[in-house]
Formats: sequence, structure tokens, C-alpha cells
Amino acid sequence: MINFQYVRATDVADAVHRIAADPAATFIAGGSNLIDLMKYDVERPSRLIDITRLPLKSVEETADGGLRIGALVSNSDLAYHPLIAARYPLLASAILAGASAQLRNMASTGGNLLQRTRCYYFYDTATPCNKREPGSGCSAISGLNRMHAILGTSEACIATHPSDMCVALAALDARVHAAGPAGARTIAFSDFHRLPENTPERDTNLQPNEIVTAVELPARGFAANYTYLKIRDRLSYAFALVSVAAALELQGDTIIEARLALGGVAHKPWRDPTAEAALREQAPSQATFNRAADVFLRDAKAFGHNAFKINLAHRAIVRALIQAAAGTPQSQSDKKIR
Amino acid sequence: MTNYIGTATSRIDGRAKVTGEAKYAGEFNITGLAHASVVASTIAKGRIARIDASAALSVEGVLDVLTHLNRPPMASADSAYDDDTAPEGSPFRPLYNDRIWFNFQPVALVVAEKPEIARFAAALVRVEYEEQAHVTDLHRQRDKAFALEPGKNHSAPPKPRGTAEQAFAAAAVRHRGEYYVPIEHHNPIELFASTVIFESDGKLTVYDKTQGVQNVQRYLCNVLGTEPEEVRVMSPFVGGAFGSGLRPQFQAVLAALAARALKRSVRLALTRQQMYGLSYRPAMIQQIELGASAGGTLDAIAHDAITVTSQYEDFHRQETGWSGLLYRCANATYAHRLARLDLETPCDMRAPSAATGVYALECAMDELAVALKLDPLELRLRYYSDRDQNTDRPYSSKSLRECYRQGSQAFGWDKRNPEPRSTRDGTELVGWGMASGVWEALQVPIAARIVLTANGHAEVSCATSDIGTGTYTIMAQVAAEMLGLPLDNVTVKLGDSTLPQSPVEGGSWIAASVSNGIATTAGAVREELLRLAKQMPNSALADATADEVTLADGMLVSKRDATCAVSIAEAMRHRGVDRIEQEKSTTFDDDGSHAHNTHSAVFAEVKVDEELGVIRVTRVVSAIAAGRILNTKTARSQIIGGVVWGIGMALHEETLIDHNFGRIMNANIAEYHVPVNADVYDIDVIFVDELDAIVNPLGIKGLGEIGIVGVAAAIANAIYHATGMRVRDLPITLDKLQR
Ligand SMILES: Cc1cc2nc3c(=O)[nH]c(=O)nc-3n(C[C@H](O)[C@H](O)[C@H](O)COP(=O)(O)OP(=O)(O)OC[C@H]3O[C@@H](n4cnc5c(N)ncnc54)[C@H](O)[C@@H]3O)c2cc1C
Ligand code: SF4
Repeated sequence: MINFQYVRATDVADAVHRIAADPAATFIAGGSNLIDLMKYDVERPSRLIDITRLPLKSVEETADGGLRIGALVSNSDLAYHPLIAARYPLLASAILAGASAQLRNMASTGGNLLQRTRCYYFYDTATPCNKREPGSGCSAISGLNRMHAILGTSEACIATHPSDMCVALAALDARVHAAGPAGARTIAFSDFHRLPENTPERDTNLQPNEIVTAVELPARGFAANYTYLKIRDRLSYAFALVSVAAALELQGDTIIEARLALGGVAHKPWRDPTAEAALREQAPSQATFNRAADVFLRDAKAFGHNAFKINLAHRAIVRALIQAAAGTPQSQSDKKIR
Repeated sequence: MTNYIGTATSRIDGRAKVTGEAKYAGEFNITGLAHASVVASTIAKGRIARIDASAALSVEGVLDVLTHLNRPPMASADSAYDDDTAPEGSPFRPLYNDRIWFNFQPVALVVAEKPEIARFAAALVRVEYEEQAHVTDLHRQRDKAFALEPGKNHSAPPKPRGTAEQAFAAAAVRHRGEYYVPIEHHNPIELFASTVIFESDGKLTVYDKTQGVQNVQRYLCNVLGTEPEEVRVMSPFVGGAFGSGLRPQFQAVLAALAARALKRSVRLALTRQQMYGLSYRPAMIQQIELGASAGGTLDAIAHDAITVTSQYEDFHRQETGWSGLLYRCANATYAHRLARLDLETPCDMRAPSAATGVYALECAMDELAVALKLDPLELRLRYYSDRDQNTDRPYSSKSLRECYRQGSQAFGWDKRNPEPRSTRDGTELVGWGMASGVWEALQVPIAARIVLTANGHAEVSCATSDIGTGTYTIMAQVAAEMLGLPLDNVTVKLGDSTLPQSPVEGGSWIAASVSNGIATTAGAVREELLRLAKQMPNSALADATADEVTLADGMLVSKRDATCAVSIAEAMRHRGVDRIEQEKSTTFDDDGSHAHNTHSAVFAEVKVDEELGVIRVTRVVSAIAAGRILNTKTARSQIIGGVVWGIGMALHEETLIDHNFGRIMNANIAEYHVPVNADVYDIDVIFVDELDAIVNPLGIKGLGEIGIVGVAAAIANAIYHATGMRVRDLPITLDKLQR
């Protein structure tokens, strides 16, 4: 852990100004990921810009029937917010599937988006890692990769994005609001996180001098037919091996809209328009769901220890779609899988 | 008179623990305390070529950077590094020379005014290595493993018996299986730490996280070359250790070296990651073969084990012997080989050798039951033995049959459908499995001191540790009962090397040893009181002998006639005595005629999602026979803890090593999985009555270890019953259940 300076931002403009002024500075929100990384000497910020006092803690309704969630709303507050619980239970469920109550109390919405991979090598400065040290090599490809990605990988990096919340946000077509020296902009959720390609050191398309100010949810919440199904190595407090956010809109016996996002399988929450198209205008059935899962995983590629994930993801997709279609979402407290 | 032994007494140190008043090794403060931080090796094997500490030394607040080149003198002979629990070999010495034996080995120690500065500066120390090729993979090294030999290695397997080869050839049914247990780390919640107070006269007072203060005290004196009175080691509270604190660990040496170098008090607390360089339960490959007749006899057992050790010591325990001990069987052979890896030396971890050896045996027994189409419990009853089969001796007590009976009844075992995959609960397959457990009832020489004052208070002391098991409480219970005092009038002192002799706390031997030790000393107190009482005018006990009286409610009372009694306070006052102090050593004479063991029967229910493989252990019943139970509350906690750990062993625990780097990659408790609350459902603990008049005067057998033994096997067997899939490699993660 290195010596660093600490400052507190007074408002969003001040935060942006400070981060733009010092390329080695970093924002700190809940600190639940950043402090760990600093202790492991992975993050070595010259300066921490504390943003926790910024007025970004509200959940507000938008003109088009959606919600705008401030970047500093804690994961706990968000999961238990009445509007989220009523209109976007998929998001509430995904948040509650993650981490522990104590961590969710600290974790912020913005920090959750920007948390970094849990790849073992990324955390250990004694080993090569392209994400941590570009060009040093990827230790996971020929090493311990049971947790690693099966979709969208590159020769440079096969890490996954660890968030649960983001999988739901991806399924819900959220938008990320950011502010930077050039002003404010919005980023579609699918464009927010990146694939590793040749620049695994960059997790997102947020610019280093930008701050996330809010996440916006469109009106459509899929509150009737959804589920968040997280498969992990113990029944709580573990990152997803595979997780599935499934959201359907049914008209009679026909799926008129389908969303499917997977966690634990890629460098970003993974969506696949073709697989969703394979669900639309179909009656919910095992056969339909199987087909969608086949399509979803058609390009899946494993690296040894994570070979099981392809099969597991397939079964998890089908089960999640069954849960969503039946209107019996996975409980996050009763650990029996429905 | 109040009985304390056998009651559900709450921990006498419970309040101190939950209020934070109880201090652990890293929490003792003194003005001028300096703080140290370890620089740990990033290679598995080789030599240190160069250490550049200049950047670290230039940080304001850094006092020194110790390496093998500039540390204070330390002993060179292997014997100086020996300790009560050291295996054969040449013990590890931190900062001794340029050799690197394992990843995370300490290579430098930064000492600074503040912990943050020390940690920052530690990251600035540049170490260059000459790397050598390493091996950390047991599977790669299994063919190079060498055999343990009876006579040469202290825990070599027992002698074979009968003619196993012929018996296998004649057996109607044979089962052979290979079972794997990975490296597991202890991960006590309290981080390993030592606070070394540099006293004005140069003596050292060391607050250390350890299971044996006197072991550490002797070790430090030998390593530092000091006289015994120059080092005092204390450890009043220990936040779990599970075997990792049996041997003196390197943080104590490093902190002491730094204190001597700087002539200042120094604290060193390891990080969680660095604790993965202390020690671990060795990985092991076990092969078991069982041969049985169709008619219900077990005719042959062969148990081979290959376990991990380091390049410099031969750590081993007897994994294989349990197989030949437990069941009636005329023929048995064993083999145990050690594989050297470039890792630190393994050490004991809860129920060392039994948690693992019995896991393999009890899974194999389940497989044999399947092959014989017999109920697994029925199989064990048919093979039941009232004699230790290895040594052909009777047991001082063995109530395993009663464990089977009470455990199976509480579980409802008779409703089990023997067919695998026969029971469903919605999308889940339900499975029931069982296993037996066995551990030794050990006892070791120990001393205890009692100081009784005329105001009716007693202080009982012994250098043993309380590693969280409840030793404080049972010591108070036994003393209160033996002295006839209210529990609140007894204070307990332990965890201080200046107190009466105690071995390390481990092996489940302390409860039996210290309790009998206190009873012996209390007997001496009683004798002394009787001597005083007799001197009173018209003493009611004038003719009584020591074994005719007891102490109860502040009185010395005749066992024959309760009206013949003398007040303790009056007897002492009469002679002008305000305190009676007695210290006695207790040894346990064992004529070798009986085997002493504790036993358990474990029944587990699992529910496994058929498609996804997600496993839930929904019910465990553990029936325990462990002699006299001193405190049903702390004892129950011990067993629950053992069961939870068994769930972890079955489903979660695994130290992940990248063999390319020879480095542990999940060295933290986010990625090293142990069960969380969600993984733990109902645990029912039954203590079976077991009177043992032979093992020791109080009939105590100890129960720290027995709770974990058999649990992983019961769960693995239940998973087979649920799914029809036999997974022999632990942990049973869901990927291993994919079809
Ligand atoms: C043991 C453990 C288990 C966990 N398990 C799970 C799990 O199962 N599922 C899961 O989803 N998560 C899990 N988490 C991760 C947890 O969700 C994240 O640590 C948390 O969401 C991060 O939020 P934070 O506010 O604490 O971020 P911080 O640690 O403060 O910041 C993280 C990063 O985000 C940046 N940042 C923060 N806010 C902003 C902003 N507004 N704009 C721009 N940059 C910003 C910071 O600069 C930093 O780089 C776990 C964490 C731990 C430690
Ligand atoms: S997978 Fe990515 S994060 Fe992990 S070692 Fe490779 S480059 Fe680093």
C-alpha cells in the first residue's frame, strides 16, 4: 500500500476538475473494492478524491416513466427502495444476490459499475497480468481459470466482470450518466463495459477524467416475469460462476419481449440480441428456451478449468427462463433453486 | 453442593470477549512500540541474489530493514529450532540465509514508527532472486514419493496383520477407490501477531498468538541464545488456531529479532495473505481397497496414502492406521509415502490424519455397502469391533453402537430408500449418507496451581492456552466443584509461560489433562485443609482421612456423615493461615492394556439441484461418545464447529496453487471458501452417555477433534445417494456433478 493524499470533492464540477488535474488520482466511493486493491498494491493512486458527500444519493422518477439513480445510492438502499422493489424487482434481486449485507451497505451504484475483476492474478503483483500491467502476459489462460470467461475473451485477457447488479442493469437497458471536463453525456449500458481485446487494462468506456453521476432506468421494468439466478460455489457471499438475469413480457401465451443477460461469463454483462430474438413471438417452452440457450452460447470457448461453465450456463439460462415465464423468480434468501 | 462438571455453563470469559476487553497478541500496547511488516518471497524456490532496501530506508519513520545479511545473531543448529511438535528434519528459520524454500517466505522485515509506514516501505523493498525450478503439484510428484518406515519415522503406519493378499483374492466383493483431499489452510479469524515488549533490563515479554506459550518460550530462548528467565511468553486469548499455532511461528522470531536489533518494543502482525505461508493441512492421495465376504465379514483392508511435505521436514501423521483400527477385520496392510514439494512444511489441522484418513475409509465403506447391497449402517454394525483391531486391545470405553442407535433414530435413518436418486423434492434430489468417526482420547503430563484464600476465593492456574474452546470455563468448573466453591469465586489464569507446566493445547488432550490436573491439586488443597481442621479444638474431623472428606459449600465434610463438617474459613483462621497454595504435576499412567478413543456417528441429508448441481446440506445429526462431557454448552459448540468445518471440507475448502508460479492464488477469505451461514442448516448434536472408569479418574476423553471426523464422508455419501454420482475428490463443487 502506498502513501496517498486525500481530498473531498465539494460538488460534481469540483470532482471532475480534481480528477482532470491529476491523472494518478482516483475517486473513492464506498471503498469496498478500491481499498482492497490498494492494500494489494494493485491500485497505487497518488490521491483519493472522496466523492461520498456529493449530492448523488437520490432515486428520482424521470419524465418518461423511468427512474434516475444517483451514483452514490448504496446497494442496500437501492435494493430496498420501494420504487425499485415494485417496478424493477429484477434489479433488487440481483443486488441482493451479491456480496454481503455489510458490503452492500458500503457499496455505491457507481462503484459497483466500476469494480474490477476478481481474477486471482490481477490481485497478485507477483504474477504477470495484462490487465494490471499491459504487455506482461495473461497468467490465467494457462493457469487457474475456473472463474474465467467463456464469451468475448481475447488472447490478452479472459477475465470476467464480477458484478451482479450490472447484469440486471444490462438486461433492463439502463443508461449511464457521466460528467467530464467536456460536459455531461449518457452511455448505453451495453457500451459502458468493454471487451478485453488488446486493451484489457481498460474495463469501461468511461474516460479517466469522467465521473459517473447516475444510472437511468427506462420505464419497462418486467416486474411480472423476471428472475435473477446466480450459481456460485457456496450459497452466499461468493462471486457468480454463472448468473442469469432473465426478463420476459408475455401476452397470453406469447413472449413479446425478452431480455437475457449473463454474469460470470464475460468481461462485461453479456447480452445477445439473436438469442433474445429467438425467444420473441414464441410460446414459453423448454424447447424454445433450449434453442435460445444454444444461440446464446454458440461462440462459447473454454480454457480448461472453466469448461464446465458452458454446460452450466446453458442449464442456468433454461432454468431462469422457466422461472421468469412462470412468474416464480428465484428467492435470494431461500437458497433452494426454484 | 453445586455441581458444575457436566452442566451447560456459559463461558466465564464471554463478556470480556464480546466487549473487547479480552486482548489478543496484536492488541497489547506500550509507549514507543515500533511496528514491523514482512516482505514475502514471490518465488517458490531459489536464492536471494540482492536486496535493495534503500527506498524503504529513506521513508520517514522507517527505523530499520532486517534481512538475512544484517539481522541480529540467531542459532545455527537444527536442535535450537526444534519444538514440542516439530516433525523430523531441519526446521525453517526466518531471515536465516539466502535460501528460498517457499512462496510467501519472509525475506525482509521493515520496522517503522507506524504500521502504515512499515507496510508502505515493505512495498518499496526490491528483492532480486536466482530462481530454480520448483514443483508444487502433488500429482506430478506422486511417483517420487518415498515410503515411511516403522522405526525410522515416528508416525509410520502400523504393522500389517494377517495375509491381506490372500484374503483379497478370496473376497466375494472387492472395492478399490482413490480419494483426494487438497491442501487446506486453517484461517483462524485472529491474524498471527506478536507484540514483543523490550523491558528496561533487556528481557523480552512476548505476547504471541500460539497454542503453547511454554513451547514458544523455550524455542525463542534457544533461537536467540538467551537464558530462560530472559523471555516470557503470554497468550491470554487466542482467536482460533486449529493447529496452526502448535509450532512457534515465524512472526514471533521476527518480532523478537527486531526488538533485539532496535532495543525497542516491536509488534508484527501478518497479513492474511502472509498467513498462507505459515502452514496447512497436507494434500493427500489415498487409495483404499476393501475385501468382504457376502456373508457379512470384512476380510481385508489395504490403505495407502501419499501426503505432502516440504523439502526440509518430514511432516506426517498416521492417515492409514484408522482403517485397520475401526472395524473387525483379520487382514490389513498399510503404506504411507511422502512427496516433497516446494512449499512450507504442513502441520496439524483439526483432527489431523483422522479428518482425512477416515474420510477415505468411510467413503470406501459406503461404496462397499453399495456393492454388497447392504444398508451402510447395517454394514458398520456387522463389522463392529469391541477391540482396537491394530493392537488387539479392549477399549477403556466405546459407545459407538449407541451413537449409531441414537443418531440414526434422531435422523430417521430407517426411512431411507436405499436406491440412489430415489428421493426427490421438486427439482432437487435428496440424499442421506452416514459415516463413523474416531479420534484418540489423549492425555499428557500437566501441572496446576491452586491458591485458596480464607475469604473463599480460589485462583487456579496453568500455562495452557484457551484457543477458543472454553478452557477457562472448564478449569473454573472443575476447580469450583472440587473445592466446593461458587463458580464466581474462582478465577483462572492461563496462557503465561511462567505458570505451571503445560504442553501445547492440541489433539483434544487439554480438557482431560488439565481437569485431572486440577483435581489432583485440589486433592492436595483438601489434605492441607484437613490437616488444619484436625488441629481445631474438638474437631469433628479429628479421625477423618483425606479420602473420607470432600469440600462443599465452604465446608470440609465427611463423606460418611455429613454432620461432621468444619468450615474452611474457620479452619484456616484458627491456624492463622490466609492462603493455601498447592501446585501438583499430574501424569497419566497407562499400562497399555486398553485403547482410548472417542467416536461419532454422523448422518447427513443433502439436496442437490438435479440440473445445476447446487448442493445444500440441509440436515446433520452428529452423535458423539467422548466420555464425560465437562460442559454441555461449550462441548456442543465444539461439535457444531466441527460439523460446519466438515461441510466446508466436503464442499468448499481448497487452497488453489498455480503450479507455474508455485504460488497460492486464493490467499484470502473472499476466495478461499469456507461455509457461510447460508450453507449451514440444522445441526443436531447428541452426546451419548459414556462412563469410562479407566481412561482417567474423571473419565474425560476430550472432543475438540472428533466433531469434524466423518462429516465430509457422510456428506459425500449423501451426495452419492442423492445423485448416483461418486465424487472422491474434495471439495465436491458443482462442476464435479455435471453429467
Ligand atoms: C468480499 C467481497 C465480496 C463481494 N461479492 C460481490 C458479489 O457477489 N457480487 C457483486 O456484484 N459484488 C461483490 N462485491 C463487490 C462490491 O459490489 C463492490 O466492491 C462494490 O460495488 C464497489 O462499490 P464501492 O462504492 O465500494 O466502490 P469503490 O471501491 O469506492 O470504488 C471502486 C472503483 O470505482 C470507482 N468509482 C466509484 N464511484 C465512481 C463514480 N461515481 N464515478 C467514477 N468512478 C467511480 C473508484 O475510483 C474505484 O476505481 C464483493 C466485494 C467484496 C470485497
Ligand atoms: S485474465 Fe485478465 S486479469 Fe486475469 S491474468 Fe489474464 S490479463 Fe490479468
